[in-house]
Amino acid sequence: MFAHSCMGANKKTGTAMIYIFIFLLLLPLSAFSSAFPSPATPISTEVDQMYYFIHVLSLGCGLLIVGAFILFAVLYRRKNNSQATATVHHNAWLEWTWSIIPFFIFMFMFAWGWLVYDKMRTPYKNALEIHVYGQMWNWDYVYKNGRKTAEALYVPVNTPVKLIMTSRDVIHSFYVPAFRIKQDVLPNRYTALWFKATRKGLFNIFCTEYCGTGHYSMLSKVHVMSLEDWEKWISTDPYEGLSMVEIGQKVFRGRCTACHQTTTQKMIGPGLAGIFGSVRHFEEQDSLTADENYIRESILNPSVRIVKDFPDQMTPFAGLLQEEEMTGLVEYIKSLKPEK
Amino acid sequence: MNVKHHAAHHFRDASHEASASKLGLWIFLCTEILMFGGLFVAYAIYHNQYPEIFLAGSKFLDWKLGSLNTLVLLLSSFTMALSIYYAQKEKLTYSTMCLWITFLCGVIFMVVKYFEYSHKIHDGLLPGELFSHAGSENLGLYFSFYFSMTGLHGSHVLAGLALIFWLIIRSHKKHFGPGYVLPLECVGLFWHLVDLIWIYLFPLLYLVE
Amino acid sequence: MKNYLNEKTGLWSWLSTLDHKRIGLLYLFSVLTFFFIGGIFALLLRLELFTVGETIMGPEAYNQIMTLHGVMMVFMVIIPGVPAIFGNFFLPLQIGAKDVAFPRLNLLSWYLLMTGALVAIVSVVTGGVDTGWTFYTPYSIRTDNGTIWVVVGAFIMGFSSILTGLNFIVTVHKLRAPGMGFFKMPLFVWGIYSTAVIQVLATPVLAITLLLLTLERMFGIGIFDPKLGGDPVLFQHFFWFYSHPAVYIMILPAMGIVSELMATFSRNNIFGYKAIAFSSVGIALVSFFVWGHHMFVSGQSDAANFLFSIITMLVGVPTAIKVFNWVSTMYKGSLSFETPFLYALGFIFVFLIGGMTGIVLATLALDVHVHDTYYVVAHFHYVMVGGTLFPLVGAIFYWFPKMFGKMYSELLGRTAFALIFLGFNVTFFPLFFAGTQGMPRRYYDYIKPYETLNQISTVGSWLISAGFLLVLIAIIHSLLKGKKAPDNPWDGRTLEWQTQSPPIHENFEKQPEVTRGPYER
Repeated sequence: MFAHSCMGANKKTGTAMIYIFIFLLLLPLSAFSSAFPSPATPISTEVDQMYYFIHVLSLGCGLLIVGAFILFAVLYRRKNNSQATATVHHNAWLEWTWSIIPFFIFMFMFAWGWLVYDKMRTPYKNALEIHVYGQMWNWDYVYKNGRKTAEALYVPVNTPVKLIMTSRDVIHSFYVPAFRIKQDVLPNRYTALWFKATRKGLFNIFCTEYCGTGHYSMLSKVHVMSLEDWEKWISTDPYEGLSMVEIGQKVFRGRCTACHQTTTQKMIGPGLAGIFGSVRHFEEQDSLTADENYIRESILNPSVRIVKDFPDQMTPFAGLLQEEEMTGLVEYIKSLKPEK
Repeated sequence: MNVKHHAAHHFRDASHEASASKLGLWIFLCTEILMFGGLFVAYAIYHNQYPEIFLAGSKFLDWKLGSLNTLVLLLSSFTMALSIYYAQKEKLTYSTMCLWITFLCGVIFMVVKYFEYSHKIHDGLLPGELFSHAGSENLGLYFSFYFSMTGLHGSHVLAGLALIFWLIIRSHKKHFGPGYVLPLECVGLFWHLVDLIWIYLFPLLYLVE
Repeated sequence: MKNYLNEKTGLWSWLSTLDHKRIGLLYLFSVLTFFFIGGIFALLLRLELFTVGETIMGPEAYNQIMTLHGVMMVFMVIIPGVPAIFGNFFLPLQIGAKDVAFPRLNLLSWYLLMTGALVAIVSVVTGGVDTGWTFYTPYSIRTDNGTIWVVVGAFIMGFSSILTGLNFIVTVHKLRAPGMGFFKMPLFVWGIYSTAVIQVLATPVLAITLLLLTLERMFGIGIFDPKLGGDPVLFQHFFWFYSHPAVYIMILPAMGIVSELMATFSRNNIFGYKAIAFSSVGIALVSFFVWGHHMFVSGQSDAANFLFSIITMLVGVPTAIKVFNWVSTMYKGSLSFETPFLYALGFIFVFLIGGMTGIVLATLALDVHVHDTYYVVAHFHYVMVGGTLFPLVGAIFYWFPKMFGKMYSELLGRTAFALIFLGFNVTFFPLFFAGTQGMPRRYYDYIKPYETLNQISTVGSWLISAGFLLVLIAIIHSLLKGKKAPDNPWDGRTLEWQTQSPPIHENFEKQPEVTRGPYER
């Protein structure tokens, strides 16, 4: 009989399995300490506590179950082919117990999760309201006094903030890992997020709803600053005292880095160094030398002329830039020279 | 004449096969209902959201043509059922004739639909972006529903017509009789479902209040 | 000796066969082919993620390969996988029938799957698809490339799935052997039956959704397009109304396999037969009311989130019951660790992790943080690869002697398992941490702090692929050199072991009669 031939191997396989399982169970413990970006809002701490609780609980239950089957694997290994088996069909008492206990654990998790979620979703009173626009592939922030920025979301520390968000094209999602908050951003509709940052510093913003080629580079930062610094920031003209090229650079950093590099390196769009004055070949078999008008047109209405081997994917910036920003960008792109 | 039909090898006998086939068909009808159900749910949501669009859109439909089509389909369902009845009573000529009437009714339905469609296409009463009827705006969404719902239903009528035509051929060859009406019954059930869906579509699209 | 394999020969005898066993093998062959292609895509993706910045491809290529990997693995591998291969082959055998209820429809289903797959693959030459397998609007409406082909392909494959499900429901109801009441059916049959119910009830909604998306792209009908007054979130509701139950299309039959393996290799009666059977049906029913848990941050109302969260928690109960029952089946058994049993045990371990992280994702406040991050990627690979592919490979080894009449090499089988099991955990476990640290999914590139975790994961992917290659080698080796298999090599109790290996065309010499439970000894 076939089963006979591997009786010896049974023991080895059983032992090897035990080692593998134990090794794997140690993995989560080792990684526990670095599981989260360090919390920067009151809600983050609550989320983390819940996370640790459920994972320790899971680990405990997991150990029990895996422990049971390792124990059984050792105890009831087939020693000879005529080994008698128990043929226990069922045990109502046991089965009800292990149905009801998980049920209560799950309901407990649900309730806890709902309470914290509810807290996340309850608006702060008198929150500072900031409008957020998502588009392929960057975020714009507009403050109540008209101040606009695309470089980073500037907020004061220890102040409740409400983000009112919408999208100019497809669905995006606004995610700040350090704050443990996330919300999809939809076209034609507003969605909102609340937070109160308790630490100063720079925190990552990611887009977490797939939105095309540049989804991965739709990055931004929350810049949490002291109230005084923030008040100074919001009341100053962002471009005061800057040269045209510097204005252009500032705009570029907020708006363009998802697709363009300042070298000759291609990203989603072409690298911009040395573009000005070079000959551009288009899909319609024609070409022209890039001058100021071409650069302007390529930013405001990029679909008019598509350079060969590039996709027609750039967001048109018509209506989104002020004249001084537009000119600044043209001058900045002119200033980018390929490195020798 | 009693027609003998041989059941496939994995069934015990013909009645075993018939009961399996009918169960299968009922399940298939469930899937059809669920598929249309998706459209009905979407209709309900948008109708609730933009009642004025649906009201204005329905004014462009001719309820008389819609009623005619409803009557034609109801008649065809009746003759379909009658054809099974006659086949079981061994009146095969009547049975075949009823199938022909059913088929004709289906054709009339499609002809009326054709005139309705071409009239709307001519007037620019088209779905979504394509909507270009002068003097009214934003009715694209209504016509999206009109065309996708009646279009999906129309494709089922066409499929039904093809099946009925196949039955007519077999009926002329005297394949059916008191001992064997399974294909008639199955196609019949499908045809009744197509009819039933129209009975829901008609008020939803033509008689919006 | 005459059997279904040598009854007729020639390619055409296969392509026109009405024998459920041969159709099962057609599925086995095509699904394995798709699986290896999809696997190569996965390897390329992991390789690209090995370092920060461009490693082997640009973002467009990455997004297209990511989409193809998802579409192939979901629509062409895991959904048809267990039901169409093993359901076809063993459902009639296990209930003592000669065939499925509608053999022609069965063959048609295979052709539909192949047609749909071909249409979907055409998209590669018509510009590629970069929407992800979820086709979220409005991105899938505006991206200009081969999207429509994949959508139409998935639509056609949907019909294959519906017809297979329909066939199985009727087969179970009408063709059981004399004496086989519903509670004398093997648990694999229960799994396939519950799956079939979902296939039949959920897939039509996917069909209409994809049809509307096709119309949207062709004519701009606006139902899902916010520019024309439509609602993109409605698409998500429609899509997940199918695609969440689809997860159970993947997992339920796989759980059925695990029940078979636990009983056979423990030489024990399955513990809590009725509980396992009812929990399959229970999961199938509840699965229709949990789709909104994919949309906790989509902007749907808090009330909806409340309901979907609590109902999702309920799915945990029958799932937990199954795990407890499987482990209890080992109690006082006579355990023998052949390759298929190793896959069953590996499944329990991996599925535990998948299930418990599922509870994390169902908890509202936790989901907000980890939603659409690598935590979700890790979770669903634990459930889909660990939950479905492990049993699928286990089933290949378990039923190999019956299907082909040959034994496989235990050495190759066990080594392959060790590689796959280890590689799988090395690949996906670190991704949980990438997720909690905030790395979003579907990212072509990532920031520096995530690099180490990604590198571990990529190395793991090489281990898995070595494992699957070894599985392939084991299959080929045993087809060529395998010893002749006895009729019942594992001392199994279900009906398929009571006929010869490989079975004859009509399955049984004489109609079997059932007098006792499926696992009684």
